[in-house]
Amino acid sequence: MSEETLNITLKVWRQDGPEDRGRFETYQAENISTHASFLEMLDVVNENLNEDGKEPIAFESDCREGICGTCNLMIDGKAHGPEKGTATCQLHMRKYSDGDTIVIEPFRAASFPIIKDLAVNRAALDAIVMSGGFISVNTGAAPDANLTPVPKEAADQAFDAAACIGCGACVAACPNSAAQLFTSAKVQHMNLLPQGQAERWQRTEAMIETMEMFFGSCTNHGECHDACPKEIPLDLIAWTNRDYIKSKNKNRKLAGQRG
Amino acid sequence: MAVTQRPQDKLRTPKPINKPPRITMPWPLNLYQTAIGKKWVMALTGIGLVGFVLSHMIGNLKLYQGQLKVAEYAEGLRTLGDPILPKYSVLWLLRIGLIAMFMLHIHAAVTLTRMNAAANARYQSNRNFQSANLASRTTRITGIIIAVFVVWHLADLTWGWTAGFMGWRGDGFNYGDPLWNVDNSMSNIVIAIWYMIATVAVAVHLFHGIRSAFTSLGINSPKFNRLRLPIAAGIAGLVLVGNLLFPIMVQAGVLEADEPAPIEEWVKADFAKELAE
Repeated sequence: MSEETLNITLKVWRQDGPEDRGRFETYQAENISTHASFLEMLDVVNENLNEDGKEPIAFESDCREGICGTCNLMIDGKAHGPEKGTATCQLHMRKYSDGDTIVIEPFRAASFPIIKDLAVNRAALDAIVMSGGFISVNTGAAPDANLTPVPKEAADQAFDAAACIGCGACVAACPNSAAQLFTSAKVQHMNLLPQGQAERWQRTEAMIETMEMFFGSCTNHGECHDACPKEIPLDLIAWTNRDYIKSKNKNRKLAGQRG
Repeated sequence: MAVTQRPQDKLRTPKPINKPPRITMPWPLNLYQTAIGKKWVMALTGIGLVGFVLSHMIGNLKLYQGQLKVAEYAEGLRTLGDPILPKYSVLWLLRIGLIAMFMLHIHAAVTLTRMNAAANARYQSNRNFQSANLASRTTRITGIIIAVFVVWHLADLTWGWTAGFMGWRGDGFNYGDPLWNVDNSMSNIVIAIWYMIATVAVAVHLFHGIRSAFTSLGINSPKFNRLRLPIAAGIAGLVLVGNLLFPIMVQAGVLEADEPAPIEEWVKADFAKELAE
């Protein structure tokens, strides 16, 4: 594959701080290699901005290999850009052609306040995970891997759910800013496994109710699945809805309140 | 729990937009306080309302059997459970159930829409939607059209308030004579078109609603999930074709009543026949 260079016009959302109104600014990205990733293209733009003595564009990234869920850009109205099942960092400039205009916005939701430019605070997702419960006491070595037999099908489905990297693209893509796909993935990757049964109902109820404190409700468009860089199946939402309805009843019985 | 939240976590977690549900409420109310509970109620009431829409359409097919048959059917609805229960009793039970389902469906829709509006932050550039289709994105609009239409439909063909309304219909309303009233109403082209618009709205609403209800209820099976789309399209299509044909057939002159039927006499005649036996 021969290397070519592209000249691209960028329309980037710039916002100085959480309280700032924000605006679009236009930049020229010149001589961008087709081998570059989307974030590398932004790096080149930032280098040039730095050289001109201007404030570089703030955006988040970490592993740049599609597994950490840090990068989050709304590219041309699609979370993580046009490529299906791909995080922003794995989107490559060879997908674009010379002279293209790309519009970049941050992920937006009421519970994703913008920190600066394209960086948003996704701590609300952490709050959901934390409400599911965790242990922070050292209790010895991890149990032997084969101690609890797991059926192959359960393991496969739990793995599909556990593939979620928590980037928040589902929230960003959702016209209702619902975090249903994220929460469902986090709930189901434990609910599907035998190890997750002990606290299944408490966890489901707590995580769903924390989700509803921060995010909207699902209207089953399916946008989240299309935006998801890990292509988390929509079926998990149905499973989680069912678990939640059950948990409302079961938890009251467990608490001795009855029906 | 040893550690729940560090102080810096509290600082960085944004302020919640909704209050968590109170645990002290009895079970069904506690469930209804939550968004997923509301969706569950919406799905259940939606299924009930789809059942009504279908049976309403199938019952209305009796219009093609003529003035006498459809009037008999209408009288049959009023005297459901006749020898045992008084007239109107079963009908009113069904109506109360229907009204309750409508109210719950609308209340859940309004509260969820407000919740979503609070959770949403508008994008400044154009969105590029992938799987959100016309039906799913216009559910709220079609819902409003249906709510307005239901009130109109009751005023038009149940209460007869629209007889002579703005000079549209000259021959008046005849209580208990469906074919005459339908012919009277829909032979006006403006009313016929309004009925067609409402029918399309119902079909579009059902297409997304039925598909969505499976997920809201948590019905999920890899084997049957691919039936969701055909089921939704099939029911929506049936409702669309069946109900669109009524105004079209009235306009085409197939559904026609020459003069108002003497309903009271017919009812009395039926009564007399029973006495004679």
